[in-house]
Amino acid sequence: MLDGKCPSGPIHEKWDRRKQELKLVSPANKRRYKIIVVGTGLAGASAAATLGELGCNVEAFCYQDSPRRGHSIAAQGGINAAKNYPNDGDSIFRLFYDTVKGGDFRAREANVYRLAMISNSIIDQCVAQGVPFARDYAGYLDNRSFGGAQVSRTFYARGQTGQQLLLGAYAALMRQVRAGSVKLYPRTEMLDLVIVDGEAKGITVRDLVSGDIKCHAADAVCLCTGGYTNVFYLSTNAMGSNVTAVYRAYKKGAFFANPCFTQIHPTCIPVSGEHQSKLTLMSESLRNDGRVWVPKNKGDERPPSEIAEPERDYYLERKYPAFGNLAPRDIASRAAKEVCDEGRGVGPGGYGVYLDFEDAIKRLGENTIRERYGNLFEMYERITGEDAYKQPMRIYPAPHYAMGGLWVDYNLQSNIQGLFVLGEANFSDHGANRLGASALMQGLADGYFIISYTIADYLALTKPGSVNTGHAEFRRSIEDVNASIKKLLSINGRRTVNEFHRKLGRIMWEYVGMSRNEDGLKKALAVIPELRAEFWENVTVTGSGEELNQELEKAGRVADFLEFAELMARDAFYRNESCGGHFRVEHQMPDGEAKRDDEDFCYVAAWEFKGINKEPELHKEPLSFEDVKPAVRSYK
Amino acid sequence: MDLNLFVWRQKRPDEKGAMERYEAEDISPDMSFLEMLDVVNEELIKRGMEPIAFDHDCREGICGMCSQVINGIPHGPREKTTACQLHMRNFKDGDTIYIEPFRAKAFPVIKDLIIDRSALDRIIQAGGYISAHTGGVPDANTILIPKEDADTAMDAAECIGCGACVAACPNGSAMLFTAAKVSHLAVLPQGKIEAARRVCVMTEAMLKEGFGNCGNHYECQAACPKGIKVKFIAKLNREYIKAQIGIK
Ligand SMILES: Cc1cc2nc3c(=O)[nH]c(=O)nc-3n(C[C@H](O)[C@H](O)[C@H](O)COP(=O)(O)OP(=O)(O)OC[C@H]3O[C@@H](n4cnc5c(N)ncnc54)[C@H](O)[C@@H]3O)c2cc1C
Ligand code: SF4
Ligand code: FES
Repeated sequence: MLDGKCPSGPIHEKWDRRKQELKLVSPANKRRYKIIVVGTGLAGASAAATLGELGCNVEAFCYQDSPRRGHSIAAQGGINAAKNYPNDGDSIFRLFYDTVKGGDFRAREANVYRLAMISNSIIDQCVAQGVPFARDYAGYLDNRSFGGAQVSRTFYARGQTGQQLLLGAYAALMRQVRAGSVKLYPRTEMLDLVIVDGEAKGITVRDLVSGDIKCHAADAVCLCTGGYTNVFYLSTNAMGSNVTAVYRAYKKGAFFANPCFTQIHPTCIPVSGEHQSKLTLMSESLRNDGRVWVPKNKGDERPPSEIAEPERDYYLERKYPAFGNLAPRDIASRAAKEVCDEGRGVGPGGYGVYLDFEDAIKRLGENTIRERYGNLFEMYERITGEDAYKQPMRIYPAPHYAMGGLWVDYNLQSNIQGLFVLGEANFSDHGANRLGASALMQGLADGYFIISYTIADYLALTKPGSVNTGHAEFRRSIEDVNASIKKLLSINGRRTVNEFHRKLGRIMWEYVGMSRNEDGLKKALAVIPELRAEFWENVTVTGSGEELNQELEKAGRVADFLEFAELMARDAFYRNESCGGHFRVEHQMPDGEAKRDDEDFCYVAAWEFKGINKEPELHKEPLSFEDVKPAVRSYK
Repeated sequence: MDLNLFVWRQKRPDEKGAMERYEAEDISPDMSFLEMLDVVNEELIKRGMEPIAFDHDCREGICGMCSQVINGIPHGPREKTTACQLHMRNFKDGDTIYIEPFRAKAFPVIKDLIIDRSALDRIIQAGGYISAHTGGVPDANTILIPKEDADTAMDAAECIGCGACVAACPNGSAMLFTAAKVSHLAVLPQGKIEAARRVCVMTEAMLKEGFGNCGNHYECQAACPKGIKVKFIAKLNREYIKAQIGIK
């Protein structure tokens, strides 16, 4: 039985109690510790900046050419905090409650409460850094609403909140680079975790420009490498987003928790053809003012303007009157799929629904809408060639976020000592479904306000610099990495890396996507290993390892996705219940809502690697709910 | 549609590059420019040839990674649009398209269309921040900011750090990029305290990195995919003069 090691006591005292228990490292000693931070998105940049500022020696890695480009940059909508500035009844408890309920009772209560507590400090921190959040005419911070909440608690910077938060964290990071406490390694990809005597002591990386394979040793390692929804090939993630860093840690013994908990976002621009390389999100904040509908009649191909009010089905408002267009993501996504499967979808291919701003423009004027969402409307126009001020947007669900990730305890430490996992890369706070505007909050909570306390507790018991790259484990790691690169380059098959990735994506979308069932999952478990075997026989990777080689980078990532996909399908198979984003068609309420099974599945599924083509071992961390009573999640 | 491409190919930084000709066939108007290059690359790989290397990541116009000069214009012909957001409906069947990397003295080519833009990071390192420690800051609403100022700061802060302004400038100046950061922070009360030092060290870093001087050509504004305005260069100049003569 796995233990999350949560502090005891009443929920609102737990974090303070833990902080009391944690050991400190004196300022003079901090300088002697080296910490590796992989990833410079919100979680990594904030962690590296904060640890550097406290005096540790930090090495920060990212695969892009600059730390400012982590995919956090793409977050549009906003970041939650329990400030209750609008005086509409928000509180730390309510944010905590909404997040636990939104996650369909599959998250750890103590973690979520801490997140809600810290949320307010994040906003303070970001404002102090100069993040230009939206303001009202009196100069106060403005808020808007997001899905799954009945209060207005989301702070935003136009439609570029993630960009502004990341640029704030990046600036803090650059300040530490200047101060000499952080050393940057951009265009560098982590390809292995190095473990010495059971503890994480370094990483092996590839310099993406020269192709050199090198090791870095440290006293602790933080992985902040983001989410893995590119396992679906098409997702809202960046092209380079990958599972590689966390998956290779998993292969070195770190448990992977709830890999099947992935979020399909309801409002993305629909697929336009075979060539599609990624999907673009239209922020959920649009659902504040946009109304979702499809024609009442099947196969109605008239343009939207010719479909009169009584012939439209505003299905979210109809089915979920209390939350309406702001129903949580998993619910809104499934509802869209349902109406399209019924043949009432719109646009080419019939896989789309309307998001209509006509009423909002009438009510508020085009200018207000432009001010709120102008950049999103522009982006929509660039991609589709359509003007959403004049005709409704077409949207469809797309893979977006990974609730699953490496297992961590309350201190964000994995089961491997010295390995910490932050941000989207861990599994900790969102249960089976994440509410909008809470990933940015989590990444920054982990990086600015949690890791500096918890990592100190580990460092205090660790002799600084005890391991260096001369150790045999580092040499072995380099050999392994070199061998797998050599293998990829030597296959010389007939199919491209993209072809395999696209094919894997189709399998995952079909069988491990928005709704899943036993037969489909069995099928996935059978065909994924076949595709993987074919990859290792028939893939072609051009160029060499000793140069900048983007095909090789992609090949390594797709090779990991091909293994990870099986783990994801297996987890979905074993979780024989529906909860949040994990919808098993066998388990639904008469009205089609997800039916949880708290008797048998109220646990975190943490998987231990046992070898390729071998079944991983399942460890369970039971979840208990003391402050929020598990209930049927209802948004009606 | 079918297109004729001339693409800059260069194996290594120290090697001489050249334009090479490729055909892009069966291109759909709904493809993005980078998806069109994906199609070309898949073809090349299948023929055992090296695909064209180009930087990209988010493909939604926000990470600032893509860095191509398309028909002589950084990010291509459509205004306020990054290369990754440019769609093929902006071209027509039979068009010839020239694709090169962003060029500037401070941006050496690494391979094909990929350049080294780390000089921009070093300008920020010099002082493009507010020195706020983690924790120990006041409640967010104790710092009131007039809406117009917050909006102006945001207008400047939208810069994605792509470097198109540098590539468009006849002098290879990074003035628009630097001015955007200086202005974003200088209009906010939190940023005013360090404003004088900031403008000096960032300007100095910019020159040290080998970027040229601003000659008021305003090509930068025309090329900027985020619509960053040259009025921020004027703001930088004002901040610089204020700093030089010691006005707070
Ligand atoms: C389009 C979009 C919109 C979103 N909108 C919102 C929103 O409005 N509100 C909200 O709360 N959340 C939103 N999210 C979710 C949120 O943005 C992410 O969950 C969050 O930013 C992840 O941050 P991170 O720091 O964990 O990872 P990322 O920002 O993804 O950073 C990952 C980092 O790891 C590095 N990396 C990855 N693999 C390797 C490797 N192998 N070696 C070296 N480095 C590596 C990358 O270079 C990068 O620096 C959105 C997500 C998307 C995709
Ligand atoms: S100012 Fe414009 S062109 Fe220059 S780096 Fe910023 S976004 Fe790119
Ligand atoms: S790829 Fe991110 S801006 Fe073009």
